[in-house]
Formats: sequence, C-alpha cells, structure tokens
Amino acid sequence: MNVKIKTLGLAAAVTLAAAPAMAQEKLKVGLLLTLSGPSAVLGQHARDGFQLAMKDLGGKLGGRDVEVIVVDDELKPDVAVTKVKGLIERDKVDFVVGPIFSNVAVATHKPIVDSKTFYISVNAGPSNLAGKSCNPYFFATSYQNDQNHEVLGKVAQDRGYKKVYLLAPNYQAGKDALAGFKRHYKGEIIEESYTPLNTLDFQSELAKIASMQPDAIFTFMPGGMGVNLVKQYRAAGLADRIPFLSAFTVDETNLPAQQDAAIGMLSGSNWAPNMNTPENKKFVAAFEAAYNTVPASYAMHSYDAALLIDAALKATGGKTDNKDAVRAAIQKAEFKSLRGDFKFGANGFPIQDFYLVKAAKRPDGKLQTEVVEKVFDDYTDAYAKECTPTN
Amino acid sequence: MTATLFFVQALNGLQFGLILFLIAAGLTLVFGVMDFINLAHGVQYMVGAYLVAAFSAWTGSFGWALLLALPTALAFGLLLEALVFRHLYDRDHLDQVLATFGVILFLNQGVKFVWGAAPLSVPVPELLSGSVEIANGLLYPVYRLAIIAAGLVIAALLYVLVNHTRVGMLVRAGASNASMVSALGVNIQRLFMVVFGFGAMLAGFAGAMVAPILSVEPGMGDNILILAFVVIVIGGIGSIRGAFLAALLIGLVDTVGRSFAPNLLRLVLDPAAASQTGRAIAPMLIYIFMAAVLFFRPSGLFPVKR
Repeated sequence: MNVKIKTLGLAAAVTLAAAPAMAQEKLKVGLLLTLSGPSAVLGQHARDGFQLAMKDLGGKLGGRDVEVIVVDDELKPDVAVTKVKGLIERDKVDFVVGPIFSNVAVATHKPIVDSKTFYISVNAGPSNLAGKSCNPYFFATSYQNDQNHEVLGKVAQDRGYKKVYLLAPNYQAGKDALAGFKRHYKGEIIEESYTPLNTLDFQSELAKIASMQPDAIFTFMPGGMGVNLVKQYRAAGLADRIPFLSAFTVDETNLPAQQDAAIGMLSGSNWAPNMNTPENKKFVAAFEAAYNTVPASYAMHSYDAALLIDAALKATGGKTDNKDAVRAAIQKAEFKSLRGDFKFGANGFPIQDFYLVKAAKRPDGKLQTEVVEKVFDDYTDAYAKECTPTN
Repeated sequence: MTATLFFVQALNGLQFGLILFLIAAGLTLVFGVMDFINLAHGVQYMVGAYLVAAFSAWTGSFGWALLLALPTALAFGLLLEALVFRHLYDRDHLDQVLATFGVILFLNQGVKFVWGAAPLSVPVPELLSGSVEIANGLLYPVYRLAIIAAGLVIAALLYVLVNHTRVGMLVRAGASNASMVSALGVNIQRLFMVVFGFGAMLAGFAGAMVAPILSVEPGMGDNILILAFVVIVIGGIGSIRGAFLAALLIGLVDTVGRSFAPNLLRLVLDPAAASQTGRAIAPMLIYIFMAAVLFFRPSGLFPVKR
C-alpha cells in the first residue's frame, strides 16, 4: 500500500514537473482512512463509497479531472500525522477526506486546517471539533459522535424503560457513548460496566445482566467486539427478553458476521440502506454490485462527501484558489444527500434527521439495518453552540 | 443470586482457563524444551480459527471442518518450523523475538489478504447449539460446556502422553537438558519438530474451538498470546502441569475478579467509588496475581528441574 502510494506520489510529482503549463491541473483529493488492522473494514467501506461516487460522477469533481490518493492511517495518530504532512506538502491535495476514528481526526486536524486545506470527515465527529475547536476548514458529512447514542437514550426514555444496563469498552469513545446515551435518558442506570478494549468474551457480563434483570441494555461495541457480544447475547437467551439497544455495533460492517443473531436488534443512525429515495436505491444497488456487500453508513458519508465537493466546485467553476468562495459553496451544500434532508450548521456539522433502525434479513438473505421510526428531526449537535464562527 | 452468579462466573473462568491452557501448553513446551521464544504462537491460534471458518464454509459441517483443520494446522506449523523457526534455534532470544514478531505481522496481513479484514463467523454446530438454564433466566450455551469437556479431555491426554510414553519422556528430558538428550543419540532436531508441530496443532485446536463463539478476525491471537505468556511464567516454563494449573487460576482470577471486585470493594467504599476502583483494578488482577506468585516462587509454581 505504502509503496504504491509513494510511487503514485512520485509519479504525480514527475508529471507535474514535466507539464507545468497544463491548462487546469488535476484536482487532488487525499483519502485518509483506516485500512489495516481489525477495523480496516470501516475504512474499506468509506474508500469504496468514495470510489463509487467518482465512478458515478464520471471521474470528475466540479468538472475537473481528479486524482484520488488513498493513504492508510493504521489507526495510529502519529502515523496519520506523518501521512497527512505528505499529502499536504508533497502531493499538495486540495481536500482531505476521512478519517474513521476520532483520535486520528483530533491529531490530524491542526496540520490540515493550518495549511488551509479543507478537511471533510466521513465519520469521526469528536466533540471538541464540533464545539470549541471548530474551524472553517473542517466539515463533517457524518455526525457529531454523541448523536447516534442520543437516539437510543431518547428511545429508552420514550419507551419508559425504568432501569438500563450500560456496557462499553474502557476508552474515550466508550465513555462518550454512555454520556451521549445519558443526555436524553433520565431513568435509573443500574450498572455502568466498562470492559477492556478488545474484549471478545462477554459471558461474565451476560451473567451479570441476567441476574440484574434490566428493562433494556445499551451498548457501544464497534467491530469484532460487537460481533461477539451480539452472538453471545443471543446464545444466552437474553435477546428475546431484554431489548438490546446499541450504536455502531449492529451495522452493515458487522452484520455479515453476526448473521441471524442480530435480527431485531435496535440501533441509531442517520441513514439506512433501505431508505426509499431513488438516489439511495441506486447507490445501494451499485455498491452491492461492485463490492458484494451491503454498504454501511461510512460508505454513504463518503459518497456524500464526493457529491459535496462536486457541488461546491461546480459553484466556483472548478476553482479552488479562492478559499472563501469554496467554503461558502461547501456551506451551502447544494447536493442531494443519500439520506434526504441535509444542511450544514455553523460549526460545519450536519443538521439532519436521526432514526431508530433495526437489523433485518432481506428476501435475498443479506442482512441490513432498516428504519423503524424517526427519532430526531433536523437535529443539531449539542456542541454547536460552543462554536464561535470567528476562530 | 450471588451463589448462582458465582457458579456461572466460575464456569466461565474454567472455560476461559482451558482455552488458555490449550495455547499455553504448546508455548511452554516450545519455550521449555527448545529454549525458543515463539511470539508467533498466537498467530497459530488465529490460523486454526481461520482454517475452521474456511473449511466449515466449504463442507457446511463443523465436525468435518475441525477434522480437516487439525491436520492442516499441524502441517502449517511444520511448514513454519521448516521455513523460519529451524534457522533460529541457535540464535539468541532477541533474534527469535524479532523474527517471530515478523511472522505475526506477515500472517496477520496474510489472512486479511486471503479472507478480508471483516470478522468472519462460524456457525455453532447444530448438535451443540442448545443451551441449558442454570441460573434464573440465564441460559448457558451447551457449546461452552463442550469446550470445557474438550479442554479437560485434551489435558488428560497430554498428561498421559507426557508422563507415560516414550516421546513424553524424551520431551521431559529435553526440557531438563537438551544437549544431554542429544548426546544420548536422540535425534533432537526431529524431537523439536514434533514438539513444535504438536504445539501449533494445540493452538490451532484452541482457535478452532473458539471460532463459533468469538469472531474470527486478523490479530485475534495477539492479545491472548500475552495471557499465554503470563500462564507459562506462573506455571513454570516447560511444565505442562504448571501450565494447566496456572491457566485455570488465571481464568478464574480474571473472570471472577472482574465481576466481583466492585462488589467486594463496596464493603469498604461507597458504591460509586467502589465501581470506579473495581473497574480500574479488575484488568490488573492477573498481573498482580502473577507478581505475587513470582514473589514467592520466582521460577513459577512447578519449575522444571535443571
């Protein structure tokens, strides 16, 4: 991967040097995603979503030919910073699209926005970037991290669950997830259990849950942890008795491994593959045809990111030199998002609808999440008010 | 409630301990007999899980998959031995650590290349897919009981093999003094190969057994390898008996401690502080336990006499 990128970069540098008088240079977009390690599948969805959009847009963004440079952040903030510097200084990219993980986003935020390069997140939405450290060069086509969790908190509150058991991995995102849940849930929390990151056997947690008999459990277990928890929860016979609420746990990246064990489990999202718009239907069908798997929200966010850049550059006539004009065009977001309603708030994060979704099996045997009900309408994140547009 | 919960947690601890034992048994033999640090042992656990996932997708039956996976894991272990490890026996530990770490990186990427980065799932075999109700409303999967049974059977077989057969005698002799065994006319190279392949197969077997209950993913062997090292250090390097006892202790300390540390602390602290501290202490328990054991018995519970 690395070698390929370096060769690409080198090739790009050579061609640029050889042809300085090209009428309009290629637009350069750097994709900064996690493409190795156990969480690589999330980055793959985002990468494939962007590539699919490029194909649908005929390889052009805003009428300009595009060079997409994909780099792997390895889920290591220090590695990500080094690679970002390469993207900015060597490749001179116009946009950085990514990353998946918030720690990578926080570490790479400063070098990218300081160089006045637009940074468009396709998943990570840490609270500080939405609030105090918001920046006119940072946008997210995804959400603020807390929001999917807030959906479940609201649902638990509305359904009148009196006591809830919370379970999350013991790291920052896990703690944020439970905090997000508690924003709208006012009932009793009978246990707030943290397991070590990358715990794969939850049998002892399940025994505790069974003995405490909560009205519901809420959890955040991304990746392999979620696969195991869901399968074990089902095998322990708890799935039919204690509702399983989660975020980033039962989604299209995990469903192929969770299989039938996940059916009926509830989750929060800003989109689902079965959303009934012509654009979305076309996207899901094309994604499945190209990559043989149902797209997850990561793919949708990065497909939207490509549409967003395309729309913004169309408005500026393909020019990127006037940053304020580009920013104003991005802010307007005149594109048709796959998820329906979409506009940017003042902090560069979307104002959008959130849904309760449920894992279900389609007639063709593949699993996907499907919308149950709309929980928040045109919802702004909780940190937007801390963002002062002047900085 | 507490008694049944304790019983369930003890059962969980036993099951976890037996899986650890299957991995640690091979590791302790390789380390003890050959004085060879094999960091790639966890990868063999992962390979076992992937093999069973691939074979069960192919044959549609877990039983056949297991039958096919075991010899393949053995062959794979022997292949690694011939290609890489054989050339490292005479090198110092640092070289071995570096080279076997390289094998980890290589194979983690390798399985991702072949099977993709997304976790794979293996269906629980039909015959063992039920569950028994052991506590109020808690079903305990039969498959986990099967893991416990399989672990105990393997432990018994190993005991017989190591203590009452000629090969076992050579292995024990090799653990005490390899060069003397060699001087007495035993083909130590072949003995090493047997031990190595066998250890790889045991780790592969552990991986195959947990495949239906855990997700099969790249890097799944890396965390468990650390625990396996803790086990062999507590048990005494080279001792199967020590590995067995230490694995069960670690399994129990980890599982039971994790679930009861907050409860115990509640006796002396207020509930919020107790659950906070309990949460912080629980993951450390096994390491505290290891430090305590090593303080009293620096060469482990059952050190091999040299």
